[in-house]
Amino acid sequence: MSKIWSFHGGIHPPENKQQSLQRPLEALPLPSRLVLPLQQHIGAPASPLVKVGDRVLKGQPIAEPTGFVSAYLHAPTSGTVVDLVDHSVPHPSGMTAPCVVIEPDGEERWIELQGVDDYRSLEKHELAERIRHAGIAGMGGAGFPTEIKLHLSDDHIINTLIINGVECEPYITADDMLMRERADEIIGGIEIAAHLLTPTHVLMGIEDNKPEAARAMTEAARRSRIDIEVVVVPTKYPSGGERQLVKLLTGVEVPSGKIPADIGIVVQNVGTLAAVYNAVHFGKPLISRITTITGEAASRPGNREVLIGTPISDLLAHAGVDPNRLTRLVMGGPMMGYALGNANVPLIKTSNCIIAGAADEFPPAPPAQNCIRCGACEQVCPAELLPQQLHWFAKGREYDKALNFNLLDCIECGACSYVCPSNIPLVQYYRHAKGEIRREQAEQRKAEQARIRFEARNERLEREKTEKEARRKARAEAAAKAQAAKKDDAVTSAPKADPEAALKAAKTAAAVARTKLKKAEKALQIARDSGESDLAALEAEVSAQQQKVAASEAALKAAESTAPAKTPDIKELKLAAATARTKVTKTEKALADAEAKALPSAEKLRSSLATLRSKADAAQHALAAAEQSARPAAPAEATAAATADLKQLKSNAAILRTKLKKARKAIEAGDSSAELAQQVTELEPQLASAEQALAAAQAQQPPHTGPDLKALKSAVAIARTKVKKAQKALDEAGDNDDLRAELAQLQQQAAAADAALEAAQQATESP
Amino acid sequence: MESILIAIIALGCIALVFGAILGFASVKFKVEGNPIVDQIDALLPQTQCGQCSYPGCRPYAEAIANGEAINKCPPGGQSTIDALADLLDVEAIPLDAEHGQEQPKTVAFIREAECIGCTKCIQACPVDAILGAAKQMHTVIASECTGCDLCVEPCPVDCIDMLPIEPTLANWNWPSPSSSEHIIATDRGRGNAGSAA
Repeated sequence: MSKIWSFHGGIHPPENKQQSLQRPLEALPLPSRLVLPLQQHIGAPASPLVKVGDRVLKGQPIAEPTGFVSAYLHAPTSGTVVDLVDHSVPHPSGMTAPCVVIEPDGEERWIELQGVDDYRSLEKHELAERIRHAGIAGMGGAGFPTEIKLHLSDDHIINTLIINGVECEPYITADDMLMRERADEIIGGIEIAAHLLTPTHVLMGIEDNKPEAARAMTEAARRSRIDIEVVVVPTKYPSGGERQLVKLLTGVEVPSGKIPADIGIVVQNVGTLAAVYNAVHFGKPLISRITTITGEAASRPGNREVLIGTPISDLLAHAGVDPNRLTRLVMGGPMMGYALGNANVPLIKTSNCIIAGAADEFPPAPPAQNCIRCGACEQVCPAELLPQQLHWFAKGREYDKALNFNLLDCIECGACSYVCPSNIPLVQYYRHAKGEIRREQAEQRKAEQARIRFEARNERLEREKTEKEARRKARAEAAAKAQAAKKDDAVTSAPKADPEAALKAAKTAAAVARTKLKKAEKALQIARDSGESDLAALEAEVSAQQQKVAASEAALKAAESTAPAKTPDIKELKLAAATARTKVTKTEKALADAEAKALPSAEKLRSSLATLRSKADAAQHALAAAEQSARPAAPAEATAAATADLKQLKSNAAILRTKLKKARKAIEAGDSSAELAQQVTELEPQLASAEQALAAAQAQQPPHTGPDLKALKSAVAIARTKVKKAQKALDEAGDNDDLRAELAQLQQQAAAADAALEAAQQATESP
Repeated sequence: MESILIAIIALGCIALVFGAILGFASVKFKVEGNPIVDQIDALLPQTQCGQCSYPGCRPYAEAIANGEAINKCPPGGQSTIDALADLLDVEAIPLDAEHGQEQPKTVAFIREAECIGCTKCIQACPVDAILGAAKQMHTVIASECTGCDLCVEPCPVDCIDMLPIEPTLANWNWPSPSSSEHIIATDRGRGNAGSAA
């Protein structure tokens, strides 16, 4: 016998195991319906492989795993898939989950089973794959997919395999019955697990309240080819907890936040190993399990071999449960189980016990009293926590502090609640707090994800902006370069190529020459008047200038003749005519002035007036002629301009409307200054005229040739939404004439939009 | 007299040495940015909804670091205010109703038959959780949606609903036990707050 260590705390509740051990193991008759939840294990729900109406054979896979931590699901009997539906499942929330519903045909026809005689000849991963395909998940209660645990030797050094046959919770005897009846299957499963994990020690823990099971297992272990040590441990709750059993059998404590594999230990439940044996040797998937049905309301309590998916109501009927005595239906044990809302839920892979409790068996919890700080909870806590402290923190929602006091190491065994003299529902507080902490952590992760996405988006927007800016700059630079190149071109080619420029240059040269000549003449005159001596030189100068003027004028004439006949520019001509006219009126005025004052300059003015008048006439003529010639080109331009004008008019009207609205709003808001009122009165006629102009322009505009269906559609949708919004506003505001009028208007608009859309649709359909 | 002089010189030397060490440390171990902003930002719910009147959670975190009130975040609710009060060592104050009420978490849903493909909601989404293209139907990636509401307003045909997140088996939690025990008067409020959550 190897040494037995001990773990801290623990309690000794009434065992109540004998009731269900009086009768031998019985098989339940085939139920009329089987409901198989897609998630009966920890991890991701399985995804269905069948559809409604499919015929399935016993043992046929009906759902496959969707991730690493997930499991297969098989048809427990042959029959028809009648539904894939959300059905209530065994869960403390009483919520529904997706299930496959099978109606058995009673034939119990198996699919072809492929067992292996010598599993040692298989590759280890192949063997693990067979276990995975059998859909085995931890049957002790947690439901962790088994083959993952049997794979652990890949990245962990496993030195001890522990078989959990403790079954410490009161009432439950399913594992006890299994060990008595099927010890060889369990030993076979242990051999397979040992083959996969290659541990140096194989230990099996059984509580001393199951002497028959211990004897059966010891005998079976003697026949085994490997060395299995069956250790009988003292009865104490919760020695069946994984960490507690590890401590009990090896004296090693699993560190907080780690799994036993991290210290080289793997723990497996006896039921799981029996299922592994059947899967490997006979190819049988996990389709049934042994479940205890007990409780005072049951007249035939005992253990039943039931198909997974059997409704609990069938099991209750078979155990002779009196519905009048049944007050509390519990799934699992009395310590860690949960009450079921109804008996319509199915049994799943992890259901080891159903307790049909009577009123005196499960009396309602007495009201909680104040904590008297007795410390009894600390004495019994198997995880060596401080339940009292955790209670304060959980109650005060100080979850950070609860975390610091290792709330997450709580195994929710309920020993603290059991011993609490004040009947405080301690474990309920911890469960709630743990859930809240997990929720907060999930929210934290989500917030982090949102933050990353938000930052990524901002970065992207920023990048797009700078790229746009860079493109704009590049374009501007290219344009500037092109401009510069053009200029260079113009400079080099101007003298020869551009007759207009030459003409200008010639004109300037002629003007300069004339001015110089005038100056020279003036100088000569002054010299003559003052009797200067150097007349000859000045005269020569004047004559030279005269020659230059003649030359430049000749050049000018030549340039004028070479310059192409300039198309008369209407604008320039208009300007010229206007200037001429102004000059005429100015001169007329001056003349009138001079005549009134009888000035001597009147005569001169009169003659200049005459010349100016003739000039003005000429300009007017030229303008008229130019306009005549330009007209043919105009109409095309005019239509193009009209559309642009229409747009301009529209936006003008819109701007005016907005301004008016703003002003009105400001007035409504209480700003009743005279300025605003004036603005409104000013804007109103402006808007009216702008709208008139717009209407006129639209009337002139040729009718729309191709109605844009899409635009119309979205216009209709928008109009409808507006109507809806207005309706809502009206509903909320109650009786409001303004809103009603607006609504009526909007409805009209929506109707009009609808009509337009219809017409447009007809128009497009008819051709 | 001489001893006083020696003392002064000795103290002066020590002061110089330590001054030099401190000066060097302040340059060598200079903290880039304000670390408190990061801590505040980590407490905010990152919905980026702008209900606090700042353009996102980080700007609000910066504002809080500069003395802005901590009660302007309706999505975070009272628990965020409490956490911020704890971090900044100030009084926890109730949520400022001006910026909105604390509401159950929601997720945006586009009624796809009514979507006209205008992309306006895509541009409004602060976390790029809406998928779609011009004139194509859009849809919300529910797992990325923060429930910020910002896509609802720009929709011209009102086809976006904010649906409350339904409890599922995966996110279900045990209810808090209702308790009848009250040790001291102030515990009464706590007990109720616990059961309400």
